[in-house]
Amino acid sequence: MKPILEVRNIKKHFPIKKGLLLKEVGSVKAVDDISFEVMPGETLGLVGESGCGKSTLGRTLIRLYEPSAGQIYFKGRDFCSLSGDQLRKERKNIQMIFQDPFASLDPRMTISQILGEPLKVHGVESPSERKKKIEEIMTIVGLKSSYLNRYPHEFSGGQRQRISIARAMMLNPELVIADEPVSALDVSIQAQILNLLKDLQKEFNLTYLFISHDLSVVEHLCDRIAVMYLGKIVELAPRDKLFSNPKHPYTKALIEAIPRVGQGKKKMRQSLGGEVPSPINPPSGCHFHPRCPKKFEGCDKIYPVLQEVSQQHYVACDLYKGEQ
Amino acid sequence: MSQTETKNQSGTNRDIVVSVRNLETTFHTKVGPIKAVNGVSYDIARGETLGIVGESGCGKSVTSYSLMQLIEHPGEISGGEVILGGQDLLKLSENEMQEMRGGKMAMIFQEPMTALNPVLTVGYQMNEQIIKHMKVDEKEARERAIEMLKLVGIPSPEQRYENYPHQLSGGMRQRAMIAMALSCNPEFLIADEPTTALDVTIQAQILELIQSLQERFNMTVQFITHDLGVISEIADRVMVMYAGTTCEMAETQKLLTSPLHPYTAALIRSIPKFGSRVEKLETIEGSVPSLFELPKGCPFQNRCPNVSDKCKESKPPLEEKRPGHQVACFHPVNL
Repeated sequence: MKPILEVRNIKKHFPIKKGLLLKEVGSVKAVDDISFEVMPGETLGLVGESGCGKSTLGRTLIRLYEPSAGQIYFKGRDFCSLSGDQLRKERKNIQMIFQDPFASLDPRMTISQILGEPLKVHGVESPSERKKKIEEIMTIVGLKSSYLNRYPHEFSGGQRQRISIARAMMLNPELVIADEPVSALDVSIQAQILNLLKDLQKEFNLTYLFISHDLSVVEHLCDRIAVMYLGKIVELAPRDKLFSNPKHPYTKALIEAIPRVGQGKKKMRQSLGGEVPSPINPPSGCHFHPRCPKKFEGCDKIYPVLQEVSQQHYVACDLYKGEQ
Repeated sequence: MSQTETKNQSGTNRDIVVSVRNLETTFHTKVGPIKAVNGVSYDIARGETLGIVGESGCGKSVTSYSLMQLIEHPGEISGGEVILGGQDLLKLSENEMQEMRGGKMAMIFQEPMTALNPVLTVGYQMNEQIIKHMKVDEKEARERAIEMLKLVGIPSPEQRYENYPHQLSGGMRQRAMIAMALSCNPEFLIADEPTTALDVTIQAQILELIQSLQERFNMTVQFITHDLGVISEIADRVMVMYAGTTCEMAETQKLLTSPLHPYTAALIRSIPKFGSRVEKLETIEGSVPSLFELPKGCPFQNRCPNVSDKCKESKPPLEEKRPGHQVACFHPVNL
């Protein structure tokens, strides 16, 4: 099977400009040399703490941000070299769901306008045809078609997220990039949306790139998981391997830090000290070394390469150097 | 009907620090009055942590703001008692209440960036409070503030003391706020979603910090969160709120392992649990009813699998159905 999405050494650096002449004085390395593949029909989870670059990566993949370097191949075709009409056509197949359903829907458009727009852009001229398609998708995501002429503010958070999902589904995409789609929702609503995403995937054979900071949600939904830290992937593995046998000290700490139901009141946690450093001036060598409980000599010198330690289990840590 | 007529929790002698009786908070909106908190009662003993959980709009934050009397127009506390150290706080004047806030009782807010004043340095804001409550001069206040910043694990506290809130990271700001809240040795601490805006690894640090400080000062804590995982790790007892009322209250382990209220049970089942993989998550169909159109009877009736005619007629009282385990339901589960 060929990957649906191939990402090769992608970088996204935001320049920092200062002074009268806006001289470039540095850059925020939000995404720094990342490569991975997504197979058709799978859900790849992208986890990390705020500022690790996971959202920037999602947006770069769909070229909402132009990558600073690297290549993106969608179904074997170079996605970065496209422009204009070609880009629009190809983007039809890649859709995005955003985190905040209060900010991602235009408050002055009715639901039927919001859902009709992608169809209009992609050449479905007849209003009756558009209406038919809109009603069909609304039923699929669990919204009543009597809502068509309402405005976003008339809906609850969960319903709004259903509308954004419907919008992403309008053009029958193959790949959906979901950027924290449930983190703004209450737990009981979160479960409804997660189930909906699973149902849609089965019905339409969708591929998901699921961005989240919540490891329990990622564990529930994803087949493979990539853990990011300061713009880089530090570990990439199938779900079971990652959770039963995490390799990277950061992944271990992240899993350890999840508050769990039913473990009883904890007296003392083995929590990670310190905070995520600034991506403007990341630490030398392995970016994680200042917080790492297992650091040894040399960790501050060279950034470790992402290497395969067992089948499909990749980790960027020198603790596992030479293991294969 | 009323929730005050609940039996006292577990017969043991507990040193009750905070006692809330039949608290009611009403917001007079243009469309009509709504009771965001509708007759809530609970006690918290010395050194104990009471967790309050519920979804957005259930009244958990309004309860905390009511205790601190930080409810603003068009809201008002329309009934009940809040007894701290034998005194009914609701009978105090604003001046007397100012003495309490930050002194005997303190609060940590969810979003440190909006709770701290952006145009004043961290040190200035801490000093203000310490000078007011501890009646010390500026020099002593500064020493105390720096000591507190050090206690909550802020590196180079002397420098941070001079910083403005925006110069601190999210985790550091939350630490600074905790330092501020604890600077006058409060007996009672209210933490309103103190870790919701933070990353998991930072959340773990902050929870650990609150726990260790609580032990050290034998503080009484009311901890509000929507995260059952967090509750499980920090609370001794839990109160579950729904649409402004208490639906269940018990020891944390009991509540999480054998909940009695159908809402609590469904809530626990609907979260993805780490390590136990299910194909489909259970959901609670529908959504929380609007406080404007609360049904007669039980507020959970429209989403409840066990609903009967009785539930539509009258509101179930909060009763002790098992030792130390109270529930407001005519048809409890797991019994």
